[in-house]
Amino acid sequence: MPPDMAPDAAVEARTPPAAAEAKGRRPVPFRGGTFRPRAIPFAAPLVFLVLIGLWELGSRSGLISPIALPAPSEAIAAMGDLIETGMLWRHLEASLSRLVMGWTIGTVAGIVLGLAIGLFSLARAGLSPVVSALFPIPKIALLPLFIIWFGIGEGSKVATIVFGTFFPTVIATYGGVDSVDRTLIRMGQSFALSPLSIVRKIILPGALPAILSGARISASIAIILLVAAEMIGAEYGIGAYILLAGSLFALDQLIAGVAMLSIIGLTVAWLIGRAERALLDWRT
Amino acid sequence: MRLSVEGVGHAYGGTTVLDGIDLAIAPGEIVAVVGPSGCGKSTLLRLIGGLERPTVGGVFIEGDAPAGSLNPITTVFQDFALLPWRTAAGNVALALEDHRLTRAERDEIVADVLARTKLTDFAGAWPRQLSGGMKQRVAIARALAVRPAVMLMDEPLSALDAQTRELLLDDLRDLWVRERFSAVYVTHNLAEAVQLGHRVMVLSRRPGRIREVVEIDVPLPDRPARAAELEPMQRQLWQMMRDEAMAADRELTDAA
Ligand SMILES: Nc1ncnc2c1ncn2[C@@H]1O[C@H](COP(=O)(O)OP(=O)(O)OP(=O)(O)O)[C@@H](O)[C@H]1O
Ligand SMILES: [Mg+2]
Repeated sequence: MPPDMAPDAAVEARTPPAAAEAKGRRPVPFRGGTFRPRAIPFAAPLVFLVLIGLWELGSRSGLISPIALPAPSEAIAAMGDLIETGMLWRHLEASLSRLVMGWTIGTVAGIVLGLAIGLFSLARAGLSPVVSALFPIPKIALLPLFIIWFGIGEGSKVATIVFGTFFPTVIATYGGVDSVDRTLIRMGQSFALSPLSIVRKIILPGALPAILSGARISASIAIILLVAAEMIGAEYGIGAYILLAGSLFALDQLIAGVAMLSIIGLTVAWLIGRAERALLDWRT
Repeated sequence: MRLSVEGVGHAYGGTTVLDGIDLAIAPGEIVAVVGPSGCGKSTLLRLIGGLERPTVGGVFIEGDAPAGSLNPITTVFQDFALLPWRTAAGNVALALEDHRLTRAERDEIVADVLARTKLTDFAGAWPRQLSGGMKQRVAIARALAVRPAVMLMDEPLSALDAQTRELLLDDLRDLWVRERFSAVYVTHNLAEAVQLGHRVMVLSRRPGRIREVVEIDVPLPDRPARAAELEPMQRQLWQMMRDEAMAADRELTDAA
């Protein structure tokens, strides 16, 4: 939640008391009104609605040329077509299964390697430079390699997402392990907890906030890579749909496809938010 | 069970931190350890607790741990060391989970030690909801849960405000009267040392050597009432500490 700047409150707080009551009894000026985040549930949908409404108005009035950008209503109609023909579910099913599989494998493997690097000096010395070297490579550039290794079908698409989500998860996880309070680990040792217990009950929960914020980032990366991977040799999938729409200059369909990606992104962010609230309820 | 520290010395890299420490802790005895900052008190506790190995000498256990003791040597940390993701009861249970106990036995021990430390009403509270004094009582409950023969306490009250410290000191004394645990009690506070220690061991500045061991022969339960008798002992300890503390202080300023 961004800090609430509340400009009027700030002005109010600074307004000097009226000269007439300069020596009278008065409350101390309230200065705590700024930088106080609070939940405003209707703001986000409202902003979306206003933006889309303005866009629709612009298209109807001819301000926005239909060649440059189709009206939202046209994109919604394209979406309606997709639902009617049943193609929406086909595309969604193909994309979501790649996304879930790739992200799950990448995240689980990333947490395992991240823990290994965080816990064992040998793994840290040997593997963390390798991670640093491979992380910045755009995985899309490796797609041809993945096609050769894993085939033009599902394999290469899932592999792209796996590799894309793996590295940020590794880095988030071992950063999280490093940030676990040493005295808590000492405490575990002094109570003679087994190493496994210390990892399970002290190190993992301590690293969990970092792992979950890593998951937020890797989920977005997964969606970006999904579309890129589906642009090669995919029959179904949102990426394939967008690519086809683009090559036919069917802009209404293109916008409908992009909107679906946004909806997936929003859903994933919401799910991770729920997970954070459920798993990290011990924080404020 | 007796614990004996024999000729222990310890060095980090080239700097000697502790030198020639001999100490025997009899069952039911509290040894208070005082000394200037940086003289190696915390290091001594880590060596006794087996968290580090001494460079010279050794720490030995003689005799069997009392029946039912799950973790004969148990530490109480200055900053409580509670897991923020576990409730008070969960933090106490942590110490028991690696032992062969049925769920019912474990719950019974947890309820019992929480009652003994007056925390029953806070069993379900998160550490962030507890005051400093209550956090340290949870940590003490956790230590009691494993029935230690020796408790190693590293400035357990120094993160607390003066009033809470006073209350918890009374609690610790009452606890000792009931449980007769033995302890090595490290502190900066000479009043705590003479209130709780059967013996007070004064260490010199780094490298920490034994400067003096003072016996306090007033029985623990009588101490609040006989504060006047403790007063001169505390002053005597302060005389000893003063020179060391001043020299240590000067040393640190020079180094900086
Ligand atoms: N792991 C370590 N590596 C290197 N030096 C250390 C280590 N731990 C402690 N020291 C040094 O050993 C000396 C003694 O430290 P220690 O923490 O035992 O002192 P202390 O008596 O507990 O001090 P205080 O009263 O401030 O708690 C200090 O000079 C400290 O810098
Ligand atoms: Mg210390």
